[in-house]
Amino acid sequence: MAKRIDVSGLTAYYGSHKAIEDISMTVEPRSVTAFIGPSGCGKSTFLRTLNRMHEVTPGGRVEGKVMLDDEDLYGTGIDPVSVRREVGMVFQRPNPFPTMSIFDNVAAGLRLNGSYKKSELADVVEKSLKGANLWNEVKDRLNKPGSGLSGGQQQRLCIARAIAVEPKVLLMDEPCSALDPISTLAIEDLIGELKERFTIVIVTHNMQQAARVSDRTAFFNLAAVGQPGKLIEIDETERIFSNPSVQATEDYISGRFG
Amino acid sequence: MSTATVSTLKGARLPKWSPYAIAGGSVGLAIAIGLGAGLDSRVQWGLIAAILFVVGTYGIAARVEGKRQAKDRIATSLVWVAFLLAVIPLVSLVWVTVARGVKVLDVYFLTHSMGVVADTEPGGGIYHAIIGSLEQVGLATLIAAPVGVLTAIYLVEYGRGKLSKAITFFVDVMTGIPSIVAGLFILSLMLQFEMQPFGFAGSLALAILMMPVVVRSTEEMLKLVPNELREASLALGVPKWRTILKVVLPTSIGGITTGIMLAVARIAGETAPVLLLVFGNPFINTNPFEGAQASLPLYIYQQYANSAGSGAAYDRAWAASLTLIAFVMILNLVARGIARWKAPKTGR
Repeated sequence: MAKRIDVSGLTAYYGSHKAIEDISMTVEPRSVTAFIGPSGCGKSTFLRTLNRMHEVTPGGRVEGKVMLDDEDLYGTGIDPVSVRREVGMVFQRPNPFPTMSIFDNVAAGLRLNGSYKKSELADVVEKSLKGANLWNEVKDRLNKPGSGLSGGQQQRLCIARAIAVEPKVLLMDEPCSALDPISTLAIEDLIGELKERFTIVIVTHNMQQAARVSDRTAFFNLAAVGQPGKLIEIDETERIFSNPSVQATEDYISGRFG
Repeated sequence: MSTATVSTLKGARLPKWSPYAIAGGSVGLAIAIGLGAGLDSRVQWGLIAAILFVVGTYGIAARVEGKRQAKDRIATSLVWVAFLLAVIPLVSLVWVTVARGVKVLDVYFLTHSMGVVADTEPGGGIYHAIIGSLEQVGLATLIAAPVGVLTAIYLVEYGRGKLSKAITFFVDVMTGIPSIVAGLFILSLMLQFEMQPFGFAGSLALAILMMPVVVRSTEEMLKLVPNELREASLALGVPKWRTILKVVLPTSIGGITTGIMLAVARIAGETAPVLLLVFGNPFINTNPFEGAQASLPLYIYQQYANSAGSGAAYDRAWAASLTLIAFVMILNLVARGIARWKAPKTGR
């Protein structure tokens, strides 16, 4: 089910400001790829170009190619809505729909897409909540509002919501930055399980986290404030953290920069 | 400071009851001054009391507690004085309306028209005016609410560039249209087609007045919906229109309803366009599309204008005012109820 992402020569703009420049990389299926780098280097922007969420921002525009297996996401006639059904996303801050119950939140993707059978809905919700390691905590209160859960539970609810529509790729934009260590651990364990089924890309500021969860790590950097962010290198996580091929990467992960 | 062990963090404090004591003292002193100087107007008494309260608070606090605390207290007392000044007209308005309105307000008054009652005679009622008001305001809402909400959705969710700027500008201009001008606008159309006054013409003018209010309030409510919710929905592969319909609108529906209800309350009291376009009619006319109708504000105006010293018409005008205020207040309460009922739930 999981698909490979192949990016080549990708440049993204906010209006006239060039946010990232000429990025090429391959994201392997059924693996976790982590993006690290200083704030403002374009990790999140790049992540959002992978499911065409970048263009939702006013002025956002993209040049280059993003191949999902053998289809170009920015090719002519590609519907961004369909792209986002294949490439799901989890955001930095947990954002369950406040008007919906826990059940409805997980079912939201299917219901709002209008593509579901009523009889299957309960099964899908249970499967997704189990997949997000949340089922045991919420099975007795599926009809309660999702905003009543704790931050960590809300984030797992958002993950359940994202995987309920069976995407091929799951993008995570700093999914643990608003969570305590225990909730973070729960999410990291979950990522380890989810990579059996999905291609996962995670942006993180926490380098230990990148080392713990990812198979491959990409390091982004920018020459100076106002300059576009660039991909410095991407390699096996072990190599990036032990013996990176670029000096800037080593400086960043060991804290010697600026 | 007599000893070196006095805490630098503690200062002298006025007791908790001191603001009330100062307030009581200044009111007493104001009455004494008023009586002594032979001032007739109670307004002057009140103003003297307010000034004494503010000055007294500052003086006493400055002496006991120091300058900074005195400034703090003077700010607090100014806020209280401003609050009381704002509440006095409101309370007195409600008081006078209730006191004069209850005289003839009964079931008979609410269920009978002025059909066979001359303005100078007692009896009669406002049934025809209530019917007229409900129909005209209802039709105006049916026109203005959807148009206003959809305009706001366009402005917040889709609008970019010149068109949305132009719409925002015209909505701002429309907010400032005096009601009589809206009335004259519709009247000029009616004269063009040689039409007689009828209820729906009034509805059109009221809709013009209501629309910008609905657009503005709905816009504010939609802007309050966190962008993260829109992105969460879009990232699930939900099309934009469904995102707006199923995520954005449900999240803000309470506030939007409140805004619409407040706009309804605003147009329910409009007299000028109704006077021009609906004309007024002492008989019951339930058809808003043909023939003159009455409406509550128009009824109040006409009863008062035609009372000519007649106590009966005067009392009816006050009773109708009370009904109108009650109507608007009920709308407000309903709006609050809906807002609370529809508000996103946070309970566990």
